[in-house]
Amino acid sequence: MSVLVIAEHDNKNLKSSTLNTISAAEKLSEDIHLLILGNKIEDLAKSSKSIQLVKKVIICDHEKLENQIPELSSPIISNLAENYSHILAPSSTFGKNLLPRVSAQLDVTQISDIIGIESQDTFIRPIYAGNAISYVQTDQKINLMTVRPTSFEKCEEAGGDAALENITFIDSEVKTTFVNREVSKSDRPELGNARVVVSGGRGLENSDNFKLLYDLADKLNAAVGASRAAVDSGYIGNEYQVGQTGKMVAPELYIAIGISGAIQHLAGMKESKVIVAINKDLEAPIFNIADYGLSSDLFQAIPEIIKELDLLNQIES
Amino acid sequence: MKVLVAVKRVVDYKVQIRVKSDNSGVETQNVKMSVNPPDENAIEEAVKLKEQGLANEIVSVSIGDDKSQDVLRTSMAMGIDRSILVKSQNTLEPLAVAKTLKIIIDKEKPDLVLMGKQAIDDDSNQTGQILSALLNWPQGCFISNLKIENNKVFISREIDEGIENLETSLPAVLTCDLRLNTPRFASLPNIMKAKKKPLETIDIDTLGIDTSSKIKTLKVIEPPKRKAGIMVNDVKELVQKLKYEAKVI
Repeated sequence: MSVLVIAEHDNKNLKSSTLNTISAAEKLSEDIHLLILGNKIEDLAKSSKSIQLVKKVIICDHEKLENQIPELSSPIISNLAENYSHILAPSSTFGKNLLPRVSAQLDVTQISDIIGIESQDTFIRPIYAGNAISYVQTDQKINLMTVRPTSFEKCEEAGGDAALENITFIDSEVKTTFVNREVSKSDRPELGNARVVVSGGRGLENSDNFKLLYDLADKLNAAVGASRAAVDSGYIGNEYQVGQTGKMVAPELYIAIGISGAIQHLAGMKESKVIVAINKDLEAPIFNIADYGLSSDLFQAIPEIIKELDLLNQIES
Repeated sequence: MKVLVAVKRVVDYKVQIRVKSDNSGVETQNVKMSVNPPDENAIEEAVKLKEQGLANEIVSVSIGDDKSQDVLRTSMAMGIDRSILVKSQNTLEPLAVAKTLKIIIDKEKPDLVLMGKQAIDDDSNQTGQILSALLNWPQGCFISNLKIENNKVFISREIDEGIENLETSLPAVLTCDLRLNTPRFASLPNIMKAKKKPLETIDIDTLGIDTSSKIKTLKVIEPPKRKAGIMVNDVKELVQKLKYEAKVI
């Protein structure tokens, strides 16, 4: 049977989470279809056709789909469902907002945030903030799943030549209107996708001090993250939060600065390959999972790291 | 306006959970249990709406065994007027939870349903969305701000890119983020008063819905442990290790 992947995008480009989700779909079927619901997405559809693993790109292009209101997009997905054994969406706020509605419409139980695929009907997912790993099996007529992007590699974007199918927009009565999005612009890499993440916690003490962290991040070409405590304290926006109720990240290098390491934070970053913790409190739980710990005042340590990195660069050049 | 708040009883967020030795699940016996944290935000928001004169009745509902009375009493100590416990011995999946809530909602006819965006035990993040679809009411998920004026509902949702602002109308289903508000502590006099507030019990078997599990848990295991790391003495050593040992910079 075929597998349907719901694309996450901004009407111009696919989000990298879509590429991770396609890789997950590859473990289930060779016949992967990518569904793009959006507005003015002709170019996006064309570029998506070249994704090697995708056999067919299905698009529904309508002005009402511009802002991804789930009440409008979910019936379109449900309407296609009978052709598929599995429907996958990234486990981002986009997928979490959307796919459970399809679950209601199809009357099947969705499996959230899978991190592994054992077989066509057996999946692995974290529970209790990743403090336990659950193996679940289902024999439902169709499997709906959200996929944790960091658990699957990104698929190749080039080399393919998928078929393209246009489907008609089905209108639904919707009482919600989109007002706007407050999105912070940054030249730094995307948090969910960066090779290096530099994260700050309450130890930074205020939003001005986060500038120190930005300097270090820029030096390392890193994304910036934050603990819930730092976001709650208003030091930085919610889109930077790493943790159980924020973003899941798994970079090559995660540097936690002034973060104590609450269970909820660890849930979002403990799959990182190398973890560095800098904290003056030697008892901070973050040190229990760090590969390299430094007990030091962060206001001294950060400028020193920047200096050392500059020295290294000088030696190399 | 009448507000219904859905509340789940979960292992307290501060507890370091343990996987059962037979790998059948997570140990929940003799462990501190509490209101699911974002459900507390939902309770707080309902109480605030009543204090502002926007809500005239606020009701909480939970699905679970007799012990779930605790979390309903807590909600009433925070200011909820009355509670409903739908008694179920089995743990329900989100679809079954939403179907159960829909029956309670058809009976209670609230104008607004609030609940946490996800339960911190199974981390599914589904129930509000499913319920909204079943009721065909507007959905507002992961909200960190709510304003209701003349039947219009203005919400800010926390999304991966930042904040999304939407306008919708009642009735609606809204799921709450932890940043929506700061839940109040129940004072001792209010805890005493809550003991006298009405708590209705309904047996789930009388509702006539399929609540059987569609998903079988084969096993639950502990996550792989990270190998112990080292403490470095200074920044110089740290940068050297990252460069030449871990080779990540």
